[in-house]
Amino acid sequence: MKSKGTRYLALPYIVWMCGFIVIPLLLVLYYGLTDRSGTFTFDNVRKIMLAENFRPLYLAMGLSAVSTLLCFLIAFPLALILRSRKVGKGSFVAFLFILPMWMNSLLRILAWQTLLERKGVINGILSSLHLPEQHLINTPAAIVLGMVYDFLPFMILPIYNTLIKIDDNTINAAYDLGAGFRETLLRIILPLSVPGIVSGVTMVFVPTLTTFAISNMLGGGKVFLIGNVIEQEFMLNSNWNLGSGLSLILMVFIIMSMALLSRYDNGEDAIL
Amino acid sequence: MIEMSNGWGGRVLRASAVLFSVGFLLAGCGAGQESAKNSSEAAAGGQDGGNNVVNVYNWGEYIDPEVIDLFQEETGIKVVYDMFETNEEMYPVIEAGGVVYDAVCPSDYMVEKMIQNGLLQEPDMSKIPNLKEIGKEFMELSALFDPGNRYAIPYTMGTVGIIYNEGMLDEMGVPYPTKWADLWDERLEGEILMQDSVRDAFMVALKKDGHSMNTTDDKELDMARDELIRQKPLVQAYVIDQVRDKMIGGEAAVGVIYSGEILYIQEAVADTDMRISYVVPEEGTNLWVDCWVIPKNAKNKENAEKWIDFLCRPDIAKMNFDYITYTTPNTGAMELLDPEYRENEAVFPDMEKVLEKGEVYHYLGAEDDAKYNDRWKTVKMN
Repeated sequence: MKSKGTRYLALPYIVWMCGFIVIPLLLVLYYGLTDRSGTFTFDNVRKIMLAENFRPLYLAMGLSAVSTLLCFLIAFPLALILRSRKVGKGSFVAFLFILPMWMNSLLRILAWQTLLERKGVINGILSSLHLPEQHLINTPAAIVLGMVYDFLPFMILPIYNTLIKIDDNTINAAYDLGAGFRETLLRIILPLSVPGIVSGVTMVFVPTLTTFAISNMLGGGKVFLIGNVIEQEFMLNSNWNLGSGLSLILMVFIIMSMALLSRYDNGEDAIL
Repeated sequence: MIEMSNGWGGRVLRASAVLFSVGFLLAGCGAGQESAKNSSEAAAGGQDGGNNVVNVYNWGEYIDPEVIDLFQEETGIKVVYDMFETNEEMYPVIEAGGVVYDAVCPSDYMVEKMIQNGLLQEPDMSKIPNLKEIGKEFMELSALFDPGNRYAIPYTMGTVGIIYNEGMLDEMGVPYPTKWADLWDERLEGEILMQDSVRDAFMVALKKDGHSMNTTDDKELDMARDELIRQKPLVQAYVIDQVRDKMIGGEAAVGVIYSGEILYIQEAVADTDMRISYVVPEEGTNLWVDCWVIPKNAKNKENAEKWIDFLCRPDIAKMNFDYITYTTPNTGAMELLDPEYRENEAVFPDMEKVLEKGEVYHYLGAEDDAKYNDRWKTVKMN
């Protein structure tokens, strides 16, 4: 099977992996476990116990859990609808969900800033209709909104991909055997789409947990997430050791949640 | 001190800068130093070590591009121009030395840090005859962080103060602010824009209670931290450059801002019925000075001196003032300006009055910096 030729083809990928994933990770590990003078220490990791580091982590977990749940609640029915209407992969509807990803996500968040501002577009429309104005900007709710908006496609596409792979006959068989819609959904479709849900959840939860740009732009600097703490350590305090130490903690949390999720993933190829 | 950029273009630039840092963090936080070095080396590849070049490292949008062309025309020296966004971003580049600059424009406390860490060399002041154009009081100000004026030539300066929207305050029935303590007025809930930077935020709280903005006293810092936490519910947002756009958009009634932004804002609202004013708070404020310095490893020292001398020439300083609207310490340029500008206290404050209670930031060293940074994190997480 594995001829020498195909092995060489993997070379660029291996170089890429080493250069941009393995080596940087090792550097994070090195900085995270040393102090400024380069001596080995666990202090940076231990500092997660301090309130000023722990509370942002806690808050970030909360916000990204809520965002992930919201994404799922929006994406799953939508994927079901897309499937039932038999729209193909190249269809216009599926295209519409991918389209926003062509634009820089930060620009789209900036747009939300303009929309949500006190004198922004949404309030302009609301007040012209004599409706009460919204005060979302600079609150955690605005950040959740931004996260859901930014990462929704990453939830829809993997779920949609697994759903269209479910054979119609499976579903029809369920109906034939007397299952109602609810039962078919819960006992047939949902279990079969778990791989897609798992990769969707991972692809939303991980980036929302680590974001600092969205919280900066929609939180007005008042909502401080673990990503913001790490950003501050790197960019402002130039304490790379502490920043790396906290990044390690964050990675542990991510690996833990992925391990937890993968137990529900039966190993089928749920790919985006 | 802050980068000047125009409206949306600036936002987009900032956004891409943020994007860059996202990639940077994702690619591996710890690899930063390495990658900074690599990109420096890449940049160095484009540099010319020859005689007829000057490698300049300045803030973004901090010069009239025409000035660069004029300099090249008049002297025949090619300008290789790079930009940075924060002092903190500039420092490791100079420190690593992978890319060599001949003239750099850091702020006061950063000049002090660079002097202390031996990164600068003394320019030959006799080669900079236009230095005489820099006002005496500005040289004195500069001597606070560069004792004896040996290293730094002031380029721009300014104060930090309170900007306010008169109409909005009238409507709320709140008197116009005159002091930092007014930013703790509960009637201003949700109307205050604070600076999202440690030293500036603590400066406000420290000066309010009559402490030095360079204090390292734990009790004073704790007090300032608690005051900032007490103020947080009143604050609409902690922002930096956005203060400008938000004031123009009528998003907030008061904000903490660098004086250099005022002219831009006032010109932007000139055609509306908005009246926006600036006040230097009576408790005293931060005075900042951005200066030209020559790094120790500079290859073209003489060209750097010519560059700095050129920028000190009154007509050139005036061109730059017209473009970036930050206060110029150049007395020759001031005389060339419209009297209207000279009378604008935001742009040209009464130096005697401001110096009386004002302070410049000093470089505190890593340990004392941490005292501020840790407390700032506590303010932010609350």
